[in-house]
Amino acid sequence: MVVFDKPHALTDVPMHYCPGCTHGIVHRLVAEVIDELGIEGKTIGVAPVGCSVMCYDYFNCDMIEAAHGRAPAVATGVKRAQPDSIVFTYQGDGDLASIGMAETVHSAARNENITIIFINNAIYGMTGGQMAPTSLPGQVTQTSPYGRDVNLCGYPVKVCEMLSQLDGPEYLERVAVNNVKNVKAAKKAIKKAFQNQVEGKGFSLVEVISSCPTNWGLTPKKALEWIDEKMIPYYPLGVYKDRTAKEENK
Amino acid sequence: MATTQFLFAGFGGQGILFSGKFLAYKGLIEDKQVSWLPSYGPEMRGGTASCSVIISDTPVGSPIVSKPDVLVAMNLPSLDKYEASVVKGGTIFVDSTLIERKVNRTDVTVHYIPATRLANENGMPTLANMIIVGKILAEMNQFNMNGVNKALSKVISARHADMLDFNLKALNIGKEN
Amino acid sequence: MADKVLMKGNEAIAEAAIKAGCMHYFGYPITPQTEIAAYMAKRMPKIGGVFLQAESEIAAINMVYGVASTGHRVMTSSSSPGVSLKSEGLSYLAGADLPSLIVNVQRGGPGLGGIQPSQSDYYQATKGGGHGDFHMIVLAPASVQEMADLTVKGFELADKYRMTSMILADGTMGQMMEPVSLDYDIAPAPEKPWATTGTKMEREHNIVNSLFLSPEKLEQINFERFEKYKAIEENEAMYEEYMMEDAEICVCAFGIAARVAKNAINEARKQGIKVGLIRPITLWPFPSAPFKKAAAQVKEIISVELSMGQMIDDIKLASECKVPVTLCNRVGGMIPSPEQVLEAIVKANNGGAL
Repeated sequence: MVVFDKPHALTDVPMHYCPGCTHGIVHRLVAEVIDELGIEGKTIGVAPVGCSVMCYDYFNCDMIEAAHGRAPAVATGVKRAQPDSIVFTYQGDGDLASIGMAETVHSAARNENITIIFINNAIYGMTGGQMAPTSLPGQVTQTSPYGRDVNLCGYPVKVCEMLSQLDGPEYLERVAVNNVKNVKAAKKAIKKAFQNQVEGKGFSLVEVISSCPTNWGLTPKKALEWIDEKMIPYYPLGVYKDRTAKEENK
Repeated sequence: MATTQFLFAGFGGQGILFSGKFLAYKGLIEDKQVSWLPSYGPEMRGGTASCSVIISDTPVGSPIVSKPDVLVAMNLPSLDKYEASVVKGGTIFVDSTLIERKVNRTDVTVHYIPATRLANENGMPTLANMIIVGKILAEMNQFNMNGVNKALSKVISARHADMLDFNLKALNIGKEN
Repeated sequence: MADKVLMKGNEAIAEAAIKAGCMHYFGYPITPQTEIAAYMAKRMPKIGGVFLQAESEIAAINMVYGVASTGHRVMTSSSSPGVSLKSEGLSYLAGADLPSLIVNVQRGGPGLGGIQPSQSDYYQATKGGGHGDFHMIVLAPASVQEMADLTVKGFELADKYRMTSMILADGTMGQMMEPVSLDYDIAPAPEKPWATTGTKMEREHNIVNSLFLSPEKLEQINFERFEKYKAIEENEAMYEEYMMEDAEICVCAFGIAARVAKNAINEARKQGIKVGLIRPITLWPFPSAPFKKAAAQVKEIISVELSMGQMIDDIKLASECKVPVTLCNRVGGMIPSPEQVLEAIVKANNGGAL
């Protein structure tokens, strides 16, 4: 009896992520959802620049590597050319909320029928731990060595809150993957974000609060605790927009 | 007619580009080589507008008319600016309603047409341009109904078909004046 | 043959693209090429195509990248400052070997520059257009008919070689109207087994990508890409020769400058000066052959440009500096007059004196 198996939508290659990194968990959740919805053959993923830059090797569906921050524009092109495909982007905080902010906001405003998985770990991982647009006030990083000074470099960007002000997007939810309960909720949100696209509902973004033990300078376990202690109080979990549910409740 | 270079100039809104386009289309219908080049940019939005039209028996080289054989001046700044550029022996058509002064050149043929007044009197205030074009065609012995009708049908969209008769009338007024 | 119609160069590009099977256009307004976007906005919805006004030129070129990944014909257009913004995308398209068509209706620069015609993006177009070792096929139309014809050709070459074709026009070419015939026999686009269209669970996944962290692998890919470029240089160079048979002076110009130069050459011939024109139609690959020939025949080559002298470098290389190459130019949105070019021809004919 098989008690634990790899989702078909994941390739059988070792991932390059650091020990304790939660990218692996989120990859698996996305792959499970693709399997469960039976959409692998028509799914096209768009990889970002950042730690998950090589996720094109990890997903079994067709994959496109985009320039830094441009994944929503690339996904827009793919979806417009092939409306029957399922198109998702997988982006980190630097990619989505800094260099690619215009592409993020405008694809949301257009209610582009795509799914965005947004990994918020409050730091630039790939380049070795610099300040991200989502780094917390006071957070020490390589480029904020004395702690993020909000007088000098401003405040973190709260993506779900910001996008929820737009009329465009269909569904925005923030989840975390630091314990079993949260992982289960994250899976549910990711599934809904893909299901929405299958049903033609439009722009669905799931922000996943994730850990980066290497660049946070914490053990994997401590990093998961730091999410509860520091990240979630600043970035509250929950649904920020769900147009269909709202209309059904009327 | 080997090659004739036209320069239309006036205010934006006087139909400068339209009348040039009509003339170019008429040339095309008559198997001539033609080009049409507008001035573009901020001047399109209310300032001076001009357009270069070349009608030729041989392939058109540069589409830019810097030494026109025929100048159409529909406002004073245009006459001031382009009078000197007309080739010796060329022709200048002046809207004498809007331009009070006379042409200084003595080595060119000048036609003064009160086009704007005629247009207003005939209830077609936007067609002073086509009155002048009618005059040009008459003076050049190019006023043939086949070419005129076909060219009008090309430059006036079906949506504005009601304007066909007005344009034809304007051309005829130009021809008769 | 169908009736010729009068069309603006910009509109001719748009309609020719549709005829070539391009059903996806992404753009951002900028003078003097906005007619392309406006035309597409009107036409695409009526034929089941896609017109989308992007939030920026950067987004537009990345939407192009997305469509190109799926194997469909796709284009964007802009003018000089907008093309600078697209240069990131141009590099990625090259790195991922994706076919696409980009139009640059040039205006004066640098910076915000002006909106009048220019050819000062020659280096940008022919010497790269973004970071990394790469080329684009650069096509330089000199009439409205060529605006259309080279658009069709551009799509075909892009598919054939899996790379970007760029139409390098200028404000005059975009804005002028000339008779144009748009009768084309469009060959079906080649199969694109590499495209990310979904695996349908029938094949291994396709990956469109320009990231190769192994330097050995990246070097190999660059070598292979340049083998392809070499084949293009050998097979795809296009040019027009005008009155070159007995020419003792050669004028070289492309686009609007070539139109002006022809006037000057006709005038010079009337004066008995033996002068001809080489008009490159592809700027990359640059047509070297006619210049090799001309270098053994003429006493001077005059490069007529709407730039401070960019193509002149390629002329010197192609003619192996065997004869003097001089520049006759206007910049900033100004266009050389036939008289200016004639003066340069007379001067060359007199061995440098007027």
